[in-house]
Amino acid sequence: MSPTILLFLAQDGVMNGAVYALLGVTLVLLFTVTRVIFVAQGAFVAWGALTMAALENGAVPGTALLLVGFGLAAAVVDLLRARGRLSGRRLGLIAGRDIVLPLALLALDTALAPLKPGMAVDVLLTLALIIPMGPLVYRLAFQPLADASVLILFIAAIGVHLAMTGLGLAVFGAEGSRIDPMVAGVVPVGPIVVKLQSFAVLGVTAAVMAGLFVFFERTLLGKALRATAVNRLGARLVGVRVDGAARTAFALAAGIGAVSGVLIGPLTTVAYDTGFLIGLKGFVAAIIAGLASYPLTALAAVAIGLLESYSAFFASAFKEVIVFSIIIPFLLWRSFAHGAPADEEEE
Amino acid sequence: MSAPILRTDALGVSYGRVEAVRGASIEMPAGGVVTVIGANGAGKTSLLNAIMGVLPSSGSVAFDGRLLGASPIEERVARGLSLVPEKRELFGSMSVEDNLRLGAWRLGAKAIRTGLADVFARFPRLQERRDQKAGTLSGGERQMLAMGRALMGRPRALMLDEPSLGLAPRIVKDIFHIVGELKETGVSILLVEQNARAALQIADWAYVMELGEIVMQGPAAELANDKRVIESYLGLGRR
Ligand SMILES: Nc1ncnc2c1ncn2[C@@H]1O[C@H](COP(=O)(O)OP(=O)(O)OP(=O)(O)O)[C@@H](O)[C@H]1O
Ligand SMILES: [Mg+2]
Repeated sequence: MSPTILLFLAQDGVMNGAVYALLGVTLVLLFTVTRVIFVAQGAFVAWGALTMAALENGAVPGTALLLVGFGLAAAVVDLLRARGRLSGRRLGLIAGRDIVLPLALLALDTALAPLKPGMAVDVLLTLALIIPMGPLVYRLAFQPLADASVLILFIAAIGVHLAMTGLGLAVFGAEGSRIDPMVAGVVPVGPIVVKLQSFAVLGVTAAVMAGLFVFFERTLLGKALRATAVNRLGARLVGVRVDGAARTAFALAAGIGAVSGVLIGPLTTVAYDTGFLIGLKGFVAAIIAGLASYPLTALAAVAIGLLESYSAFFASAFKEVIVFSIIIPFLLWRSFAHGAPADEEEE
Repeated sequence: MSAPILRTDALGVSYGRVEAVRGASIEMPAGGVVTVIGANGAGKTSLLNAIMGVLPSSGSVAFDGRLLGASPIEERVARGLSLVPEKRELFGSMSVEDNLRLGAWRLGAKAIRTGLADVFARFPRLQERRDQKAGTLSGGERQMLAMGRALMGRPRALMLDEPSLGLAPRIVKDIFHIVGELKETGVSILLVEQNARAALQIADWAYVMELGEIVMQGPAAELANDKRVIESYLGLGRR
């Protein structure tokens, strides 16, 4: 067991941990605004990477079609629910946001993709396709249940995970893809070399985490978004639009997911279902942090990355078992220490 | 009386088959205090919740001369209508100060600063406890915080649902004192109370609600001397 191997395992673990942290903090973000434990977050990561891969190959990404479908479904739901009692302004908003925008993006992709416009444009197109999916997923799956318990919302999230995995398979196929690194090259760190892309992952993770922390803990707008999960009626009584808050949170989550996908795409082969395991590890980190703290979630995520990396080396057969069983002592500790899940209140 | 800031016309609220409010038409003059008194289950809370848009209702509500229709709570808040609900609905895991700031979050930094100074002047207790979690406050403190949070939003019309509920007599006195002070600032108040005696003392106009219907109304001072009101709600006579 040489120090070089230890160091190599450590860099591998920290790298993976950073990705889990991105997923974990997103789960915290969604939970603290919407009370949804969004286990399907990994799908946004996979879709981000696969969209990017398609664009690099000059193909129209399947997510462009999915977005049109989601938008249509949401528009139909809105129209049915309103039963014709819609103001012209609202109709215009629905038509523009849920129908025209997705179609425009599809047209844009169809026009641009064959030209292979280069990495910067590809990243922008990817974000433009994935970010609107967040609010649409909320609109279709969670908004009708907004007053439901955390458990019901969790069950719905599992349903969304299954649906998104299936849709991913349908539009991207079972084959995995790899994308070009944003930053090519390696740097020596002591006896080992580290890909520059890894530093990009670490940097973006740190920036996203710090941004979320400052926004939700230090700004009043962030607190207003959180207030909707703490007390829905209370938030409405001070004028917070809860559905708007939830849509914002899901847009942020989809955006962070797409960015994660673009970041890890060059480091690992991503397939339609790759996001799930990554997402589960982010989930474990978020649970360890009580679904409440951004810094704690990130710390736990890095610890999980390290644990995984070392157990893969020393006891590879038990790698996943070890990673997922560390959630148990933390759950026990939490249930003894607090007796109730974070942030749910009865008055 | 000046033009009403709020007026309901034949307002009705049903929970499934139960009709909790029926044909309630009330008016709230600008700058005045109106009270609705009535026994438990008379429909007072349902009435306020319908006016605020928390509950769907039949009939109509007009605020400042404009019909509210089915507009959501947030829109009514933006127009200047505010409710301190029976259950308070505070942000329990957030600090007292954050609760207050959130009351004015849409109004900007300056309004938050002046609002905080004003609320802390009215409720010195809240200033002492500004960093405490709202969920750990005592009943009286929670009521103060709920009123403070509503005031932060600079409402033009404030609806208070049983502000004295479950409070010790001395604190009830404080709360009513503050309602009196608020009246001086020009905000219109709709007060729902079990404590009919205190409510009738402070109000200009009063409505009596029984089994979901408004059965009596008049100047508060007159109702306070009405034989039926005294018997049913002021606890004299029959015992
Ligand atoms: N969610 C509900 N579902 C069914 N019935 C309800 C519901 N809420 C209230 N009610 C019924 O409607 C009637 C009016 O209730 P409401 O809370 O408006 O009365 P109230 O005058 O505020 O009473 P209190 O003085 O006790 O607060 C009561 O009979 C109550 O049981
Ligand atoms: Mg009541």
